[in-house]
Amino acid sequence: MKKTVWILCAILLLVTSLVGCGQSDVKKLYVYNWGTYIDNSVLRDFEKENNCKVVYENYASNEEMYYKLKSGNANYDVIFPSDYMIEKMIKEDMLLPLDKQNIPNLKNIDPKLLDIPFDPGNQYSIPYFWGTLGILYNTEKVTKPVDSWNILWDKEYAKKILMYDSQRDSVGIALILQGYSLNSTNQDELNKAYELLVEQKPLVLAYVNDQVIDMMIGNEADLAVVYSGDAVYCMSENEKLAYVVPKEGSNQWFDNVAIPTTSQNKELAEKFIDYLCRDDIALKNTMEVGYTSANKNALEEASKEDDYNNIAYNPTDDILARCVAFKDVGEFITNYADIWTKVKAAQ
Amino acid sequence: MNKNMRVLGLPYVVWMLIFICLPILLLGVYSFTDNTGNFSLENFKSFFTPIYIRILLNSLYLAFISTVICFILGYPVAYMIAKIPAEKKRNTFLLLFILPMWMNFLLRTYSWMTLLGNNGLINALLQALSLPQLNLLYNSGAVLLGMVYNFLPFMIYPIYSILIKIDENYITAAGDLGANPRQAFTKITFPLSIPGVITGITMVFMPAVSTFVIPSLLGGGQNMLIGNLIEQQLMQAGNWHFGSAASLIMMTIILLAMQFMNRFDKTQQKNMEMLA
Repeated sequence: MKKTVWILCAILLLVTSLVGCGQSDVKKLYVYNWGTYIDNSVLRDFEKENNCKVVYENYASNEEMYYKLKSGNANYDVIFPSDYMIEKMIKEDMLLPLDKQNIPNLKNIDPKLLDIPFDPGNQYSIPYFWGTLGILYNTEKVTKPVDSWNILWDKEYAKKILMYDSQRDSVGIALILQGYSLNSTNQDELNKAYELLVEQKPLVLAYVNDQVIDMMIGNEADLAVVYSGDAVYCMSENEKLAYVVPKEGSNQWFDNVAIPTTSQNKELAEKFIDYLCRDDIALKNTMEVGYTSANKNALEEASKEDDYNNIAYNPTDDILARCVAFKDVGEFITNYADIWTKVKAAQ
Repeated sequence: MNKNMRVLGLPYVVWMLIFICLPILLLGVYSFTDNTGNFSLENFKSFFTPIYIRILLNSLYLAFISTVICFILGYPVAYMIAKIPAEKKRNTFLLLFILPMWMNFLLRTYSWMTLLGNNGLINALLQALSLPQLNLLYNSGAVLLGMVYNFLPFMIYPIYSILIKIDENYITAAGDLGANPRQAFTKITFPLSIPGVITGITMVFMPAVSTFVIPSLLGGGQNMLIGNLIEQQLMQAGNWHFGSAASLIMMTIILLAMQFMNRFDKTQQKNMEMLA
């Protein structure tokens, strides 16, 4: 009995090592992306076109991705950081400059999304999905007009409000509401934001992440802070829901594709980035994910669909004019974390 | 220890060095340094401020309560299963208790969300009976429920495995000497099962005090516990030094609690020896 087990183990070891050998001549591309942020068939097609293997992994937050790369135990070729994270990673020499000649499909990207201060001249990154931060609300339950962040402080909707469990987004809202910049690095302004958030806490049903999608579709809450892309999906599933970018202003965010310095295969990585910028691929991805494509042709094509023909998917210039992008606040981020910890620990 | 044992034990020693000793050492290094890598006690100093102390106390309180509930619920179950004469039937019951654990912990916690939600199964039932709806999710009660539900088997098993080994003759002898069943239980069975109770309490208390998934899912992030604080410091704020200090403080408290329990265990054993 014992002998058979040993023999089986030996065979298994031999087979796995042989399989390993067989694959070694196939190039591998390590892609590290947000969860549910691509049409998986796109990956398989890329493998076929380029005779390579895509190793695909997910993360849930910029910080998670950042620390995994920072720890040095990663060999990713392509990553998808947001605006402020791109800025931070450029500062810390964690990204490789892109060779634009290898990315001809860059011409398909909407020019108004290029050359944004977080990466001037798009030396290191190319926008992939983008959108706004706003309020998703149930039109049957919320009778008051929703046009201001103030409604999240309205006692009438006590325990019907969902906030994002994210320090930059939630503290940002409280900053905007008081007329400060959402990139504030002033401790007094942060303290005022803290007071406002503590005042709001008894009204909040929960501080959530991706659960917000299921909860809003299931009518568990009346008002929620969401990213526009999630709003697109929620509204397609529940027609009672509507999306608004408040008049005080909001955040315009960009999720971008970039190559970290850990990449072993920059050539293939650039091929992949170029591939993502292709019209047909961008359209497939935006239709699958529901987030706004940075590809102008894909955006135009997708906007023809009923579910995508709204300001969540395709915000007007008016809306964008009152939105600001996040900036990396450097070391001051620990002050944001402190404030957020205090809000969540407050009783 | 003979030579053979030493050779065979080597892989485990290496394993412990790499995966237990080294990480704890790193934790110590991080918690006693600042951003620049210089020695500093700042992390501990900033932990001992009212806000973090309250988080710590709240965690300990919830973990304590859930351990007590697990004990109150778990002991009778373990006792009843152990008293089933037929082995097959006994194993079936044990299996039924372990069955939910075959499913992922996260899935089980998520399923409580659909049960407790405003439009969840329980509230739908209340509504159907035209009773007022309840706010069941996103409060300490929901967090407690999640802890008890997830960690109850860790209380039942150790107690059961001790109870099943207790020689029936002890109980018979107690009866022969004039003890009624209740006395036999309080004087013989329960004291003998203390080691199982101690293990059960440790196995429930430890994960309960450090959990961060349950409070963030069932507590709606409103009840920040020490596990959440550590997770937030490491993953969101990127303050590994403070996060490590918080982890170290939590580990120390767990260690002290275990030490206390062990002492209790030892005095119990001594008493039993005297009894024998």
